[in-house]
Amino acid sequence: MTGLLDSIHRAVGDTLFFYAVSPALKILVLLFLGILPLITYLVLAERKVLGFMQARVGPNRVGPWGLLQPIADVMKLLVKEDTLPRQAVKWAFVLAPCLVVAPALIIFAVIPMGPAARRPGGLEWFVTDVNTGVLIVIALATIGVYGLILGGWSSNNKFSLMGGLRSAAQMISYEVPQGLSLVGPLMLAGSLSLVQVVEAQRRAGWWYVVPQCVAFFIYLVAGVAESNRNPFDLPEAESELVAGFHTEYSGMRFALFFLGEYANMIVISAVATTLFLGGWLRPFPNVAALGFLDPVPGVVWFFLKVCVFLFVYIWFRGTFPRYRFDQLMDLGWKWMIPLALANILVTAVVKLLLLPR
Amino acid sequence: MSEAILDRPGSDRLFAPEEEMELNFGPQHPSTPGVLRLKLKVDGERILDCYPIIGYLHRGTEKLFELHPFFQNVPHTDRMDYVAAATNNLAYVGAVEKLVGLVVPPRARFIRTILCELQRISSHLLWLATHAIDIGAMTPFFYCFREREQVLDLFEQYCGARLTLNCMRPGGLPHDLPVGWTDRCREFVDMFPSKVDEYEGLLTENRIWKKRTVGVGVLSPEVAIDYGITGPMLRGSGIAWDLRKALPYEAYGEVEFDVPLGKNGDTYDRYLVRMEEMRQAGRIVQQCLDKLPAGPIMAKRPRVLKAGKDAEVYHGIEGPKGEIGFYIVGDGTPNPYRCHVRPPSFVNLASVPELARGMLIADLVAIIGTTDIVLGEVDR
Repeated sequence: MTGLLDSIHRAVGDTLFFYAVSPALKILVLLFLGILPLITYLVLAERKVLGFMQARVGPNRVGPWGLLQPIADVMKLLVKEDTLPRQAVKWAFVLAPCLVVAPALIIFAVIPMGPAARRPGGLEWFVTDVNTGVLIVIALATIGVYGLILGGWSSNNKFSLMGGLRSAAQMISYEVPQGLSLVGPLMLAGSLSLVQVVEAQRRAGWWYVVPQCVAFFIYLVAGVAESNRNPFDLPEAESELVAGFHTEYSGMRFALFFLGEYANMIVISAVATTLFLGGWLRPFPNVAALGFLDPVPGVVWFFLKVCVFLFVYIWFRGTFPRYRFDQLMDLGWKWMIPLALANILVTAVVKLLLLPR
Repeated sequence: MSEAILDRPGSDRLFAPEEEMELNFGPQHPSTPGVLRLKLKVDGERILDCYPIIGYLHRGTEKLFELHPFFQNVPHTDRMDYVAAATNNLAYVGAVEKLVGLVVPPRARFIRTILCELQRISSHLLWLATHAIDIGAMTPFFYCFREREQVLDLFEQYCGARLTLNCMRPGGLPHDLPVGWTDRCREFVDMFPSKVDEYEGLLTENRIWKKRTVGVGVLSPEVAIDYGITGPMLRGSGIAWDLRKALPYEAYGEVEFDVPLGKNGDTYDRYLVRMEEMRQAGRIVQQCLDKLPAGPIMAKRPRVLKAGKDAEVYHGIEGPKGEIGFYIVGDGTPNPYRCHVRPPSFVNLASVPELARGMLIADLVAIIGTTDIVLGEVDR
């Protein structure tokens, strides 16, 4: 494998290799061996974990312990009829699922799953490291809401329309506290690059969840709301709006919405891991007594931390009822945003007065 | 016709018509029980008016009663409130017994009481399961069904059926309790209160649950009486009216139990009332098992029951959802001349527009859940 890569490197030259071949390979590996299997098995894990929480078994028919269930589900969704309502606005109806899924997948490009290369030309555990990484994450996450609004509106169904309206209001309201909550760790790190934020946590010796616990809490809640998960699953509240914005979708188009939701869950978990839980760092990165943990690759730590978040997501779903629309808005605007602003203020004051510049 | 009713002068016109949207909530909607259809006028999420449209499950049950002899009509009652068949059975056979003048032996009265209270538990469990899932809490659904299965197993061991029980006859019971049934039943009711604690642990003090139910669908005592509402809906509004206490039938006069009352008449109070009713039902079953007398299970009765000419009777009992009553007229033949049902679901459903007006769509779901209606009984 390494020999093959080296020969490609020699053949195409440095520039082309580092700016085209290597990122393309990473994207392919990340997408087809990382994200997509993770999403499909996250669905299975959710059903299994919920099953155990709810005194039942969960899927166990397809393969041992139901391990082939995701594959069966995907096959079913692929061959199902893909209906297009006659009254729908066709271009928007077709575009909407793509708008949900594409940004969520693009975000993974800037998320570091492991450290930067120690020597020039070595393996870097991310597709790209941009100095405005966090801004890119926020900007791309914002695009997803268009998919939901367009899908709800173009279906020409009243329930879809209401689901679209709800998602518009909800996601825009919760983007504000979510964005504000990220400001705290960024101020501590002094950089917008996700790789630099993790490196700053290594230098500081603690994960930012400790000094920024308020911001972490706000990010977690806003993240659940952003990905439309219980207890904030209003846009697709089954008992109220049938299926919300995706009522009229079927087959693979529906699967894309589904994929988008789970991809968003993973994105939010990954960003929270990077900014608050030290990304690929091991626990207590500066405590030498835990040095025996060093041989474990950073990507394993990263994956474990993401899994903790995903478990919390599933746990929420097994525990909480659903908020009402106005209560959701109250929570967002009257509690989360003031709290996030106060956190920024306190962080700024503390950093200015106490920490060395 | 429905248009005319929706546009009646009394309805609040807060907004210009072009801002209103008409929304058909049901008959095929995940959270409407059975085939209830609600025609809503909404402004965004706010409900301006609500008009229930029923009849999708009409099967002409009342007419069917007239075509069969008295004792063959019991299975029809199973299929009205199909999640509470035992209480339906009891209301019907009680009415026939009154009409014909049969005296039920004590053992049969106690076993009937046990069956009815187990039925109350299973009906309330189904209510809690669907109510919780309507409000978005998924897990209580499975917990409730776990215990409901045990109740249904008890029914199955008694009469072979799980839902459509057909477990009573005018004059008594079709069969005595099978060997070991009382022990299994006692095991269940001893264990059951801890399970109610488990459901309450998930919901009662849950912030989101309280936000979704406290102050939602407030039914004032006056309105409740005006609409003729009975059962937990009425008691949730603080009116102590329970036919088991007010006009004791079967063995209810010989057991001790409390009738829980609400204060504010909101969805949360009705939730608390029903939770406590489940505990009290278990208590009643325990006492009945302790006091269960020996003896025959069927009254001495003629092979063919005939009501006197122009005999008429009304007999109502406290079902899980409210007063379920049968009004039967005889004409001297073995068939009833007319049999009218007073279904609690139908009467309680009438209050939904009153409760829903001015609320949000999410509240409507909670309100439908808290009225605990079964469409088989509404439409008959």
